[in-house]
Amino acid sequence: MKIKHEAIWRELPIAGLIPEGGTAQEYKTGDWRSRRPIWDKEKCKSCLFCWVYCPDSSVLIQDKKMIGIDYDHCKGCGICSQICPPKIGAISMVDEG
Amino acid sequence: MGKKFVAKTGNETMAEAMRQINPDVVAAYPITPATEIVQIFAQFVADGVVNTEFVATESEHSAMSACIGAAAAGARVMTSTSSQGLALMWEMLYIAAGLRLPIVMPEVNRTLSSPINIHCDHSDTMGARDVGWIQIFSENVQEAYDNLIQAVVIAEEAKLPIMVTTDGFIISHGMESMEMIPDKEVTDFIGEYKPAYSVLDVDNPFTVGAIDFTDYYFEHKRAQIEAMSEAKKIIPQVQQRFGERFGRKYAAIEEYRLSDAEVAILVLGSTAGTAKVVIDELREKGHPVGMLKLRVFRPFPFEEIVRALSSVKVLAVLDRSDGVAGIGGPVFSEVRSAMYELDIRPRIVNYVYGLGGRNIDLALIQSVFTDLEKIAKTGKAEKMVSYLGVRE
Ligand code: SF4
Ligand code: SF4
Repeated sequence: MKIKHEAIWRELPIAGLIPEGGTAQEYKTGDWRSRRPIWDKEKCKSCLFCWVYCPDSSVLIQDKKMIGIDYDHCKGCGICSQICPPKIGAISMVDEG
Repeated sequence: MGKKFVAKTGNETMAEAMRQINPDVVAAYPITPATEIVQIFAQFVADGVVNTEFVATESEHSAMSACIGAAAAGARVMTSTSSQGLALMWEMLYIAAGLRLPIVMPEVNRTLSSPINIHCDHSDTMGARDVGWIQIFSENVQEAYDNLIQAVVIAEEAKLPIMVTTDGFIISHGMESMEMIPDKEVTDFIGEYKPAYSVLDVDNPFTVGAIDFTDYYFEHKRAQIEAMSEAKKIIPQVQQRFGERFGRKYAAIEEYRLSDAEVAILVLGSTAGTAKVVIDELREKGHPVGMLKLRVFRPFPFEEIVRALSSVKVLAVLDRSDGVAGIGGPVFSEVRSAMYELDIRPRIVNYVYGLGGRNIDLALIQSVFTDLEKIAKTGKAEKMVSYLGVRE
C-alpha cells in the first residue's frame, strides 16, 4: 500500500504504520542542511572513505567510483570533508544560501 | 442449570477471569494492592492451566513495554497494576494507545505518593484519563469480573487498550459472592483474536512506531481520537451481547432511582453500593433522591449523562480524587462541562472524598443529600467544591 502524499486522516493506515519497506529514501531530509559539501571531481581519487563514513548514505557511487552527493538526503554534517585525505581535499564545505 | 455462586475477592476474581481469557502474553510487575492478581495468575501459568507466556519484568515501565512488543507481534496481551506502577507506565500507556494495541489491564485504584499511602482513591487512573485508554470502573466484585470479560472484546473491536478498575482493598481484597461464567462460555464470548497487524507477518513487512513530524502526526492523532469516539458505539453493543448471553445488563452509566429525582449524586466505583443504601433509606422517608453511576469514564459518555440528569435540580459530583487545580475533581469538571449543553441545567457542586482511603460511610453520603436539598430549597450553594470527611 502506497500512502498518498498529504493524505487526509481517514486514508492513513492504522497506528501510523508504514506498510512497506525502504521508504526512508522518499523522505527528503536534505532541507535541514545549513552547510553543503562541494565535491571536486577532478581532485577525487575515489578512495571511497567518504562513502564509508557518511552517516546518511548520501555519497553516491557507481562502478566503485564516487559520482557525487545526494543533496536530497545529505544533512551537511561535514564528516566527508574531514575524512577525505588532506592531500586530496576533494570535498569542501560552504554555507547554504 | 442453576446459578453457581462462589465467594471471591476482587483480586481473585480478576485472576480467575484472566485464566478464562487465557491471554498469549502477560508481562507484569507487582504492586500493592494489585499484586495478588498476577501472583495468582502466575500460579495458573506454573500449573499449566493456561498457555500464557509470562514475563516477569523489572519495573512497570518494562512490563508495559513488553506488553506493547507482544501486542505488536499480534498476541492477546494482559497485565495488571496500581498507583505508582501505573504512574511508572505513563509514557508507555500513550504508546500502547497510539499504536492501537488492545492490551487489557485490571487496574486496582490506589492513591499516589506523596505522602506514601497504599489505600484507595482514584488519583492513579484519573491522572491517566487522557492517555488514550478506555477506562471502565466497577462497583463490586461481580461487576469487575463482568467488565473484564467484556473488556477483551471491547478492546479488540475498538483496537484500543483498556483498563478495568477496582477500588483498592474495598473491592480488591473484599470477599463477595459472585457468579462465574463457565470457562467455555467465556472462550466463546471473547472469540479468537484477530490482530489489526502483526510484526511477525514476514510476508507483509511494515514499520511500526516510525517518527512522525509536523506533516502527519496530527492526522494520525485525529484517527486515534476517532477510534475513541467509535468505542462509544462498540461498548454498548458488547454490553448488550453480554447481557443477552449471561443475563447481567450493563451500560456506560447506571441510573439509580433517578428518573423522578430532584437531587442526585454522581459517583464511580464502590461508593455506588454505599450510596444505594442511603438513597433507599431516604426514599422511604419520601425524599426525591437518586444517583447516576458512571461505569465508563473513557470514552466519556457525555450524551448519556446529559440525558439522565436533565431534569435533576441539584447535582453533586463525588470525586475520589482532586485535580489539584483549584477547581475540585476531574469528574466534576467534565460533568459540569457536559451539562452546559442544556439551556436549563441543574445546579452542580463537587464533593471530593476518600483521599488516601479515608472511609466514606452512610452518614457522609446522607450529609451530601442534606446539603443538596438545602441548595434546592434556597437556590444557593455556599461552596462549589467541598471536601467530604476531612477534618476542618
Ligand atoms: S556532509 Fe555529511 S551527510 Fe552530507 S555527504 Fe558529507 S558526510 Fe554525508
Ligand atoms: S574521500 Fe575524497 S577522494 Fe575519497 S572518494 Fe571521497 S571525495 Fe573522493
